[in-house]
Amino acid sequence: MVLLPVTDPLSRPFAASGRSTLAALGSVGQAAALFAGSVRALRDIGTWGPLLLPQMARVGVASVPIALFIATFTGIVMSLQASYTLTGTIPLYFVGTMVGKTMILELGPVLTGLILAGRVGANISAELGTMRVTEQVDALETLAYDPVSYLVVPRTLAGIFMFPFVVLLAVATGIASGWLTALQLLDMSSAEFVKGLRLFFEPWDVWFAVIKSVSFGAVVTGIGCFCGLQTEHGAEGVGRSATRTVVTSSMIILCLDAFWAAVLL
Amino acid sequence: MSIRLGGLRKSFGTKEVLRGFTLTVEEGETAAIVGPSGCGKSVLLKHLVGLLRPDAGTVVVDGTAVPGLRGKELAALRRKIGYVFQFAALFDSMTVAANIAMGLRRLRGWDRNRIAERVAECLGLVDLNGMGGRYPAELSGGQRKRAGLARAIAASPKYLLYDEPTTGLDPVMTSAIDRLVLKMRDELGVTALVVTHDMTSAFRVADRITLLHEGKARFTGSPAEVRTAGDDVLRGFVEGDPALYYGLRGGRNDGA
Repeated sequence: MVLLPVTDPLSRPFAASGRSTLAALGSVGQAAALFAGSVRALRDIGTWGPLLLPQMARVGVASVPIALFIATFTGIVMSLQASYTLTGTIPLYFVGTMVGKTMILELGPVLTGLILAGRVGANISAELGTMRVTEQVDALETLAYDPVSYLVVPRTLAGIFMFPFVVLLAVATGIASGWLTALQLLDMSSAEFVKGLRLFFEPWDVWFAVIKSVSFGAVVTGIGCFCGLQTEHGAEGVGRSATRTVVTSSMIILCLDAFWAAVLL
Repeated sequence: MSIRLGGLRKSFGTKEVLRGFTLTVEEGETAAIVGPSGCGKSVLLKHLVGLLRPDAGTVVVDGTAVPGLRGKELAALRRKIGYVFQFAALFDSMTVAANIAMGLRRLRGWDRNRIAERVAECLGLVDLNGMGGRYPAELSGGQRKRAGLARAIAASPKYLLYDEPTTGLDPVMTSAIDRLVLKMRDELGVTALVVTHDMTSAFRVADRITLLHEGKARFTGSPAEVRTAGDDVLRGFVEGDPALYYGLRGGRNDGA
């Protein structure tokens, strides 16, 4: 389809919004095609199978330090703020309840998801974007490789498998740091903190966190691959793709967060 | 079997790059397509391996219409074609040996030993003995081009496509790459298509030269015919005369 330039000044805003809408719809169509291609490429296990473990290490294991760092300080702050809010009104063992519930249901998965959108999503996007602009993706194709099998599937599966692992570690770390804070700074005992922690604990809460983090893993890695493979116009384009990945994944993570809360709780 | 392009058309947005390009490359022949930068030479080459699909026209390689191919059929055709990229397009996270082995890993019956032997053989063919353990970033421009060529010939293709194989190289290295192109034809018997804007290189390696001008094949002939042709656009390009090439001076401009 050829879009002719619009010369009438009054029509320009409409033309611009029309172009944006068409571009957005085009992106949705391309993303759907990539998704369908990824599902088809799952059969090509001989290509993506050997690449899965290295990608799981890159996406998951290498992300653990930053995720734990964030979770540690989140747990400390949660514990102190809960104490500040509850002192004089509600028994202090509710600090354990608040730290546990918020880390498992919300802060663990969402904060980790947002951090990994920056770390993993931007990394994937920049890597695949560079491969695209230097014709390495074309080279893969000429060597009879399907870029979706070789590049997209192992990264997306690694995200789906490893995000829950990183999130659960972050949740455990956040609760542990909240607990230590309660012991050292709030004059609470371990028994009190654990009492609060267990008070409203539901095993389903952990599954809720796992389900959310699986969806976050798919979104971050999938968008990273999509934006990376769409990259054009050299180094500037690579930078733009990385930014687009982080912004889009972060927005979708927050939308999914609300969606899962509405559907599953 | 050969390469046949008929009435090939391709546009990007409002820009019409190919406007009915027609060319045949016979078996065992090395053909060169010449033209200025940005005239659509690389676009044309990408149609032959299915990286781009034409808006109209036919693309037949080895008796198979390329635009209709998908999945395994397309992969099977690509195994018959070696593609040498303009800037080598080596996988920069892999060693040169791993780059060369990439295509071989897709072939049935190729174990590690056989792949290692073939990699060493290909490195020898392009005079990169002992360089298999290096990464692309550790190679010079000429070495990278040769590594790209080694990767392209590893699976013993019937066809070799060269995208600007000598761009950015000094005259000595250009001559070395040209000798390799001829060596591939003589020793491997491949049918080759070279796109280049380097006329010295085209005269050296090609059995036939085609000038791509305004999306069409303006002139096709042997190197001797190109040297003596009266067409001003062709002469302008060969002699590097912008006035003649862009028709700013009176003269014959009738093509051939």
